[in-house]
Amino acid sequence: MAILVIAEHDNRNLKTATLNAVAAAQVLGDSIDILVAGFGCKTVATETSRVPGIKRVRLADNKVYANQLAENVAPLIAEIAPEYSHVLMSSTTTGKNIIPRAAALIDVQSISDVITVEAEDIFRRPIYAGNIIATVKSNDVIKLMTIRTTAFNIAASEGGSAAVETLNSIHDFEKSEFIRNDLAISERPELTSAKIVISGGRGMGSSENFGLLEKIADKLGAAVGASRAAVDAGFVPNDMQVGQTGKIVAPELYIAVGISGAIQHLAGMKDSKVIVAINKDPDAPIFQVADYGLVADLFDVMPEIDGKLSEYTS
Amino acid sequence: MKVLVAIKRAVDYNVKVRPNSDGSGVDLNNLKMSINPFCEIAVEEAVRLKEKGAVTEIIVVSLGPQKAQEQVRAALAMGADRGILIKIEETIEIEPLAIAKCLKIVCDEEKPDLVLMGKQSIDGDNNQTGQMLAALARYPQGTFASEVVIDNGSVFVTREIDGGLQTIKLALPAIVTTDLRLNVPRYASLPNIMKAKQKPIREITAEELGVDITSRVSIVSVSAPVGRPEGVKVGSVDELLDKLKNEAKVI
Repeated sequence: MAILVIAEHDNRNLKTATLNAVAAAQVLGDSIDILVAGFGCKTVATETSRVPGIKRVRLADNKVYANQLAENVAPLIAEIAPEYSHVLMSSTTTGKNIIPRAAALIDVQSISDVITVEAEDIFRRPIYAGNIIATVKSNDVIKLMTIRTTAFNIAASEGGSAAVETLNSIHDFEKSEFIRNDLAISERPELTSAKIVISGGRGMGSSENFGLLEKIADKLGAAVGASRAAVDAGFVPNDMQVGQTGKIVAPELYIAVGISGAIQHLAGMKDSKVIVAINKDPDAPIFQVADYGLVADLFDVMPEIDGKLSEYTS
Repeated sequence: MKVLVAIKRAVDYNVKVRPNSDGSGVDLNNLKMSINPFCEIAVEEAVRLKEKGAVTEIIVVSLGPQKAQEQVRAALAMGADRGILIKIEETIEIEPLAIAKCLKIVCDEEKPDLVLMGKQSIDGDNNQTGQMLAALARYPQGTFASEVVIDNGSVFVTREIDGGLQTIKLALPAIVTTDLRLNVPRYASLPNIMKAKQKPIREITAEELGVDITSRVSIVSVSAPVGRPEGVKVGSVDELLDKLKNEAKVI
């Protein structure tokens, strides 16, 4: 049983989400290859080769793979997939874009958002916004799947010395062209990997008021997130959205401020280890998942937390 | 320009579902069904493109039981011109790959310039069908779209990606899957609901299309997620910070 993990990267660094997929692969078996498809990405291949327990890194370095367009990467995966029993990628927007396309090319029904590997062909995954957990059995010979990163640990990244082999196949679909990325630049940790996340909802009232959360986030080394309501209201950009259709997070501590707790938001954060809810409505559904609830006006308590935090974190 | 919009009948987003008594599936008896929210956004986008003059005909297609005609009819009331219902038995849960195979045949027949569909359905949460159809039909794909601009044989798609936004240019025909912020769907007016009753819906079956819809991934069991232990209400900021430091030990 050989397993292929598809690396996610920006041609410079390996994305941590790849290591969650490696951890899932390690549950399945110990013959693991990693595919690095990109352009000018040899440093990524070198970094990947240091992941312990990897048999080999397969490097496809060509301009057609520069932006990991699904149209070009999916046929590359489809080409080498028959060498493997399982093909895994993290369930990021890149993984969700590529894996189903690759699966259809080789007539496989891929499995999205795997949270548990029960056996080589049996997996668990959330459906209905996480309100149901389904145990599913794949009857396909090759299993393609995306891995929910919050459900698996981050595999070690140093200590290995896998061989790097070059893949020369070039798949250029030509009908799809990358124009540009407009990426949010932040000094804070990434939402999906932060140990502490502090999120605001519609109750924040404005974009400026998110500053209340940012001040506290900087003291805690936390990432700042938001509910869909806050994003829809235009307070913050979409890449901050936590929820069924936004980012799925599971930090050590999640602080929900002025968030009512719609099903679709809970789907994105209810696996957090400790949840704090601050809301002036005592009946807000967010309190049903909170370990610690504080019924209060956020505009009173956030400055107070900001002022008193240093007494507790020293 | 012709647009094909694929929609799915799904449990209404306000309904909380539960496993059935023997844990073999989800209990969907007597629950309110609607157009999957993402699909509704796809219909709305098609109608807006038509209103702008970029599109001449909107065909809406759905796979589902006979009752899915209600959702096709609802899309016609929003402004689609005609419908196609690919019928499957109510007890069959059809998978994205099989849906994509059926839609591929519709694409071959209808030759749309653009296919619009939701990025995922809120029941199966797979987020696969558009990408699979794109692979089978050999179309370029713009997934998770928050902006769609048609321009001279191409479509510019702004995609919602993890780190922000990405813009790509696709040669038509192409597939675009819609994200939440693309638009806010309209409510159909009463005259349009009446008018929709006269619009044609062609009914066929998956068998007639010659597609094998046997499941590749079978459901072994379903369960409710493990609940969280009940939390406590704290009375003050000091009590909260004290508990976070000394009880939960997370700050």
